This record gives sequence, C-alpha cells and structure tokens, in this order.
Amino acid sequence: MSEGQQHPLSIYYSIWILLFVVSGFSYAVDYYQLQGTLRWTLILIFMFIKAGFITAIFMHMTWERMALQLAILVPPIFLMIFIGIMAIEGDYTFLTRIEFFTESDFVPVYHNSGAAH
Amino acid sequence: MSDTSVAQTGEPLKEGLAGVVADYSADKTAFQVPWGKAMMWIFLLSDTFIFSCFLIAYMTVRMSAQDPWPLTSEVFSLSMGGQPIPLLLIAIMTFILITSSGTMAMAVNYGYRKDKKKTFYLMLATAILGASFVGMQVFEWTKLIFDEGVRPWGNPMGAAQFGSAFFMITGFHGLHVSAGVIYLLVVAFRVKNGFYERRGNDYGIVEVAGLYWHFVDLVWVFIFAFFYLW
Repeated sequence: MSEGQQHPLSIYYSIWILLFVVSGFSYAVDYYQLQGTLRWTLILIFMFIKAGFITAIFMHMTWERMALQLAILVPPIFLMIFIGIMAIEGDYTFLTRIEFFTESDFVPVYHNSGAAH
Repeated sequence: MSDTSVAQTGEPLKEGLAGVVADYSADKTAFQVPWGKAMMWIFLLSDTFIFSCFLIAYMTVRMSAQDPWPLTSEVFSLSMGGQPIPLLLIAIMTFILITSSGTMAMAVNYGYRKDKKKTFYLMLATAILGASFVGMQVFEWTKLIFDEGVRPWGNPMGAAQFGSAFFMITGFHGLHVSAGVIYLLVVAFRVKNGFYERRGNDYGIVEVAGLYWHFVDLVWVFIFAFFYLW
C-alpha cells in the first residue's frame, strides 16, 4: 500500500477556519432574522459550502480516483427526484386537508379561479 | 493489491473518464483504495440515504401540516442574562462538532506520519468533544421534554408533527455521534498500545474512522440548515 492521504497540515487549518466562519454566517442569518428568499438562499449556499469542503478536503474526496468519486457522489443525485416527488405529495396532502378538515367558516383562497369549487 | 499506482496487469493506470472505464471493467479491484476504506464509503452512502429519508419525511409532514410550525429560533433559544438568545445552544453544538472534525483531520494526518502519541491525543480530543456534543443534546432534549412539553404526538407551540420529526432526526444523529465516540476511543487506544504498529505499522484505519466522524459532522450541517434554521 502507498502512504495513503498525505497532505500538508496548512490545508486542514484553512478549511477548519473556513468552516468556522461559514457556520458563523449561517448562524447570523438566524440571529438577524433575515426572512424570505434571502434567508433560504443564504442558508442553502452556506450549507453547500460547508458540506462541499468537508467532503472534498476532510474526507479526501478530491484526491481519490474518479471511480470512487463517481460511485459515492452520483447516487445522491437521485435524492433530488425523491425530494421533488415528496414535495408534490406534501402539497397535495395539505390541499386535501384544507379541503376536508377545516371549519366551515374558513374559505380557502384559490388564486387561479374562484369558481373552481 | 499492494501497489495502487499500477494495475494488476503491470500497466500504468489511466486517468479521468478512461480511468473510470478501465477501473470498472478491470475484472479485479475496482477501487484502488484499502478494502476498509471502500467499505466505509459504501456504508456512508447507505447512511446518506437513511438520513435523507428522515429529512424528506420531515419536509413532507411540515409541508402538509395545517397548524403553524413552531418557531425554532424561539423554541431553541437560551436565556443569557435575562435575554433570550436564539439557537445559542445549537450554535455552540455546531462549533463543537466542527472543532472535533478539525482535530480528527489532524489525527488522520499524524497517523500517516506514524506519530502514535499525537494521533492518540487528537483522537481522544475528538472523542471528548463528541461526548460533550451528546451531553448538550441530552440537555436540549430534557429542556424540550420537561420545560416546553414537546412530545412525539404533540406540543403546545403548534404543529403536532414537530416533536416526532425532531426526536427522530436529532435522536438518530445523536446515536451516530455516540457510536462514533465509542469507535474513536477503541481505535485511539489501539493506536496507543501499538496494535497497528504490530500489524505492519499501517494507520489507514484512522482515516476510515475519520471518514465516519466527518460524515457525522456533514449530516449535522444539513440538520442545522433544514431543521433549525429553516
């Protein structure tokens, strides 16, 4: 076996600091109560930066051969489809509950056509 | 099996996509890494799917909940000097986990340098940080169950699904951290008492344990974003 993953310590220190800073940023998003599109855009950006650097540097994915990289990183792409399917399902369940479980004095607002029901 | 830069046929290995095709069609070792590392990666891939199922289930129940979802920055706030600070404990837990990831990365590095002593102490530090993370989680659960009355079937703040999603996701993650602490301690003491030295002076196992630990940190990144910040 070769000597495995040997890298200078400095790269770990810089990633370590970077993770601290980015975590601080994502905490600040909540602390300053940013809302709406800005909030979830920032949360997702910081999340993917952190996840990417942990996988690439700490878990040494950048230095692995492409066969292993593809075997590990491609299957999670299918999760996107799963998320999409379940988002549609969640929306459907919510609308069904609005339709059948709400009090009679509650009138749901339909944006596209008021005469649909 | 012994040399990773040259295929078993004796020819030099190809790079890039041609390398992928050559590796997969090699009819021998597909992954040019030690066996334990390949298996750990495949385990982590399966674990990714388990955690994803939990997070997707959480998304679905949250989208379909009629009652308002409890405000996490209020539910998880801690009072400091009479003033509530949102998500304070969660932020501390996040920084502890990142710190432990850093010490683990150092341990892997010193392992490959055959520095037994530093590897042992860095792994021990990682395990202690991991244990303190679990301790804080116990505190968080206690606060939520006894002070705020959160139950898997309901809570006074809003949507009933909050409790089951919270206990399931953070509980499963906490279980991973606890298992990781035990795993790290076993490997650390084996490093210390020369177990790996007697087995060809190979500290690859430290990297395999490190992969697991970084994965636990990775999962927390997603839980932090989707459960606490959303």
